[in-house]
Amino acid sequence: MSEDLQFANPKLKVKDLNFFYGKYQALKDVSMNIPANKVTAFIGPSGCGKSTLLRTFNRLYELYPGQRAEGEIQLDGNDILAKTQDITLLRAKVGMVFQKPTPFPMSIYDNISFGVRLYENLRRGEMDERIEWALTKAALWKEVKDKLNQSGNSLSGGQQQRLCIARGIAIKPEVLLLDEPCSALDPISTSRIEELIDELKTDYTVVIVTHNMQQAARVSDYTAYMYLGELIEFGLTDNIFIKPKRKETEDYITGRFG
Amino acid sequence: MSSAIAPLNKIYRRRRMVNALMLFISGLTLLFGLFWLAWIIVTLFYEGFNALGPSLFTQNTPPPGSNGGLLNAIVGSFLMAMMGTLIGTPVGILAGTYLAEFGRRGWLAPATRFINDILLSAPSIVIGLFIYSVYVAKVSHFSGWAGALALSLIVIPVVVRTTDDMLKLVPDSLREAAVALGAPAWKMIVFVSYRAARAGIVTGILLAVARISGETAPLLFTSLNNQFWSLNMNAPMANLPVVIFQFAMSPYPDWHRLAWGGAILITLGVLGLNILARVMFRR
Repeated sequence: MSEDLQFANPKLKVKDLNFFYGKYQALKDVSMNIPANKVTAFIGPSGCGKSTLLRTFNRLYELYPGQRAEGEIQLDGNDILAKTQDITLLRAKVGMVFQKPTPFPMSIYDNISFGVRLYENLRRGEMDERIEWALTKAALWKEVKDKLNQSGNSLSGGQQQRLCIARGIAIKPEVLLLDEPCSALDPISTSRIEELIDELKTDYTVVIVTHNMQQAARVSDYTAYMYLGELIEFGLTDNIFIKPKRKETEDYITGRFG
Repeated sequence: MSSAIAPLNKIYRRRRMVNALMLFISGLTLLFGLFWLAWIIVTLFYEGFNALGPSLFTQNTPPPGSNGGLLNAIVGSFLMAMMGTLIGTPVGILAGTYLAEFGRRGWLAPATRFINDILLSAPSIVIGLFIYSVYVAKVSHFSGWAGALALSLIVIPVVVRTTDDMLKLVPDSLREAAVALGAPAWKMIVFVSYRAARAGIVTGILLAVARISGETAPLLFTSLNNQFWSLNMNAPMANLPVVIFQFAMSPYPDWHRLAWGGAILITLGVLGLNILARVMFRR
């Protein structure tokens, strides 16, 4: 692991993580420190395990039988893979936005209040304020402030994705996981979300999975290149893209492979 | 338009001919099916139309040779269908929810699904006999409750199946999104899965009601019939299908007329429920 990360202030510490889909091993001895209040990008070809790794950070894989993680992941020093870890509290701290926009079949207002109500009992006025705050943060407030009672499905794809980001930050998490958040969006919506990611890192630790290497170069401070379930190289984005240490990373980034 | 392949190419000509022939055969079979359906409906309306009138809804089933209506049978059918639906729907929705939301692991869900499919296609007379032997024979009298119970056993597999199918149509990405926010399973199911599948589940219930409103066999051994006005669910209860069955088999022309009237009522009711189901599903 490169030296610049030894001293970075880690939010998430991954130690010897192995992940299995039934008998298939999708992650092999992955170890890395993800720095706080930075944007970390995971890149690599399809099937390399970058989404799998992301989904261990909030233990989302537990929805499905036969999927299991072995090893250790520390969030602020606590092992989140431990049986004693309360899964609801973990997910309150670690929010997630998915590849396809996933607005719930309810109004824009309820889409956001649904998550907040899981953790807090807010009075109507406080809830209104929280929703305005989250939508403003997600750069969506101006577009939807007059139609908060309309269905979340009535928004465009880019707006839906920003609604999902607002929904994620409304519960005030500490880490935000983004799983290819722009792959279903047009270039204008994509640049909006990229600007947003840049703003979000002042308050949150952001981890983003992307297939788009330009995007990784644009938005991230640190980049991890993964291949076949292994972490090949992890370091400052500038170093990874300008002078990668490993031949495999260079081949992938320059398009000679993948 | 010019083409690389000459338009009168042999293979092309053959394909056109086969296409025309198959289209003709398909159209013919469509007409064949529609013909019988239309005949049924035309006969039904021709025979039943003069039975329709205010007295059909205001008077009870008469003895032969006197005037009457179908009031007691309409009310009895309505009561038993309602009770059957009220008993069967919660069971069906909960079981369907188990299958779709919790049935990913283990053998219980696939086995239940298989047995449910058998129940779905079980002859309704078997269900009537079953309630007869476990309930009617034990309490030694026919009753509206026995009828409602038999109907609920028909409702359950229909609702289980549609609930299961409709919940499986809800994309997992929505469930993941709810769970990733920290929602417990029950909140995810009630506020996200049910909402997303609501139209489909309600449609399933309506189709189940449509299905039981015409069932005769399960009522023959359970509620039997009652020629008088009765709201007592603990006593034999009149209902449209059994009245149609008895009146149509009788030698009396005025009973025949009432049987046609009942047939029209059921048909229109089922038609209405199906239209309602379609409208609900489209929204």
